[in-house]
Amino acid sequence: MSAYDCVIAARANDRPTSIDYITRIFGDSFFELHGDRRFSDDKAVVGGIAELNGEPITVIGLEKGRNLKERMYRNFGSSHPEGYRKALRLMKQAEKFKRPVICFVDTSGAYCGIGAEERGQGQAIAENLMEMMTLRTPILSIFIGEGGSGGALALAVSDEVWMLENAIYSVISPEGCASILWKDSSKTAEASECLKLTSQDLFKLGVIERIIREPKDVDSKLFDSLKNLIASTFEKKMAIAPEKLIESRYNRFRKF
Amino acid sequence: MNTKDIFNFLKPKNELENQGEFAQNHPYIPEELWVKCPVCKNVILSSDLVDNHKVCTKCNYHFRIAARQRIEMTVDEGTFSETDADMSSKNIIDFPDYTRKLKNAKINSGENESVITGTAKIGGTDTVIAVMNSQFMMGSMGTVTGEKITRAFEYATEHKLPIVIFTVSGGARMQEGIMSLMQMAKTSGAAKLHSDAGLLYITVLTDPTTGGVTASFAMEGDIILAEPHALIGFAGPRVIEQTIRQKLPKDFQSAEFLLEKGFVDAVVQRKDMKQTLAKLLKLHCKAKKEEVNEDERV
Ligand SMILES: [Zn+2]
Repeated sequence: MSAYDCVIAARANDRPTSIDYITRIFGDSFFELHGDRRFSDDKAVVGGIAELNGEPITVIGLEKGRNLKERMYRNFGSSHPEGYRKALRLMKQAEKFKRPVICFVDTSGAYCGIGAEERGQGQAIAENLMEMMTLRTPILSIFIGEGGSGGALALAVSDEVWMLENAIYSVISPEGCASILWKDSSKTAEASECLKLTSQDLFKLGVIERIIREPKDVDSKLFDSLKNLIASTFEKKMAIAPEKLIESRYNRFRKF
Repeated sequence: MNTKDIFNFLKPKNELENQGEFAQNHPYIPEELWVKCPVCKNVILSSDLVDNHKVCTKCNYHFRIAARQRIEMTVDEGTFSETDADMSSKNIIDFPDYTRKLKNAKINSGENESVITGTAKIGGTDTVIAVMNSQFMMGSMGTVTGEKITRAFEYATEHKLPIVIFTVSGGARMQEGIMSLMQMAKTSGAAKLHSDAGLLYITVLTDPTTGGVTASFAMEGDIILAEPHALIGFAGPRVIEQTIRQKLPKDFQSAEFLLEKGFVDAVVQRKDMKQTLAKLLKLHCKAKKEEVNEDERV
């Protein structure tokens, strides 16, 4: 698959969204928690608590929606500042109750609009980057579709970042890159190649720890194996002293 | 000098950056006698402009200034000591045309990167300082930019010093792909450790501060100052207009707008910036001294 094929696959409408992962991995144990306690409840971010093999876990996901009606309700997975603030609130809660945090990332980027700017989109993302770096509990982020720039990073200052085989993670959309570089937004395929946004490229660059193979047809095997992988990863991470955890998280990003 | 030259001079250097040949043959833009204000169109004697801290004498427009000039205006004379001056970027992901762009940026700006870092005294107080440079690829954040800022924070943490950062940036540097995005996390982490050590961080947002810099260290200061009328935002105004398909209000994303919305502590005139920083640094420096005294008593 070319980089551009990955871009298309990552954005495909029939791709499982965060809610699919949450439902298939955590089942009925997931209890949703709403709101940032500041302004509102951002529908592009789903968060709550769940059980994983009998242990409590905080679950956060950027949600694009699975049909047109849902997609509009979810603002196509583009969060306002409230979404990032809700996510941070839930992470702080996880820290307090000493449970791990898992983030499912799927967004074309943080929302660009009047309200988002008025309420400090930049400040909200910046605060997440800062606070996540020293959160005293393990964080794992899994890129399941699109990972659009700062809006994705705001849920990915983590101990480990994994990517689905056909997910992407980029500093700018290939369209945006093409229009700046060649003044031609149709050169998306070339731009996709240049940006090194595929899971393979990012693994080589040391930006992610693991690539999750995608079966041709997504079936329960994917979710089952992911569930086991998440559980065993957290089992190891929870045994590490918070100071050590923070130190290695800092070093993980310090090397770039 | 003909009128055409005047207008060439008025163009920010970064606009000339794309004119590769021009840039290579004419690395320095000559000092002209008269400068026209891009806002009120008033023509100002360039020596008057310099005397007025490069602020329009008629409408208070704050001209963009180079990082070296900013440092000269801000720190106590002769106290600036530069760090990591030789660090410069490489084309790490083999991005098309980046090598040439970097070379031109160096020629045009006379600098090796989009940020200058070092130590200095401001109003007698020791501080670490980092000043971004709009003349180097519009102050975009590449790996070396992020590294220099991270090192500045780490140095400040290690030596228990405050840090002052002047931001100006078009955002992350697309030509370094994901590595440029990672600088947001790296610099934020260093800012957090500096903060956790109980040390003061002041950011001064100047025109324009956008994208990945706004969404990382620019918004992480204990105290956030801004220059009048500076454009400050996450998304650029054009991107927002394309997204929402409507024109933005006139002063949207201005420093004054951010002050009103609660994201900036104060808008400070350029002529008052040095004494404002000096005062704030001194206030926090005093607290530090008391701490030392307490330690001694124990
Ligand atoms: Zn003027």
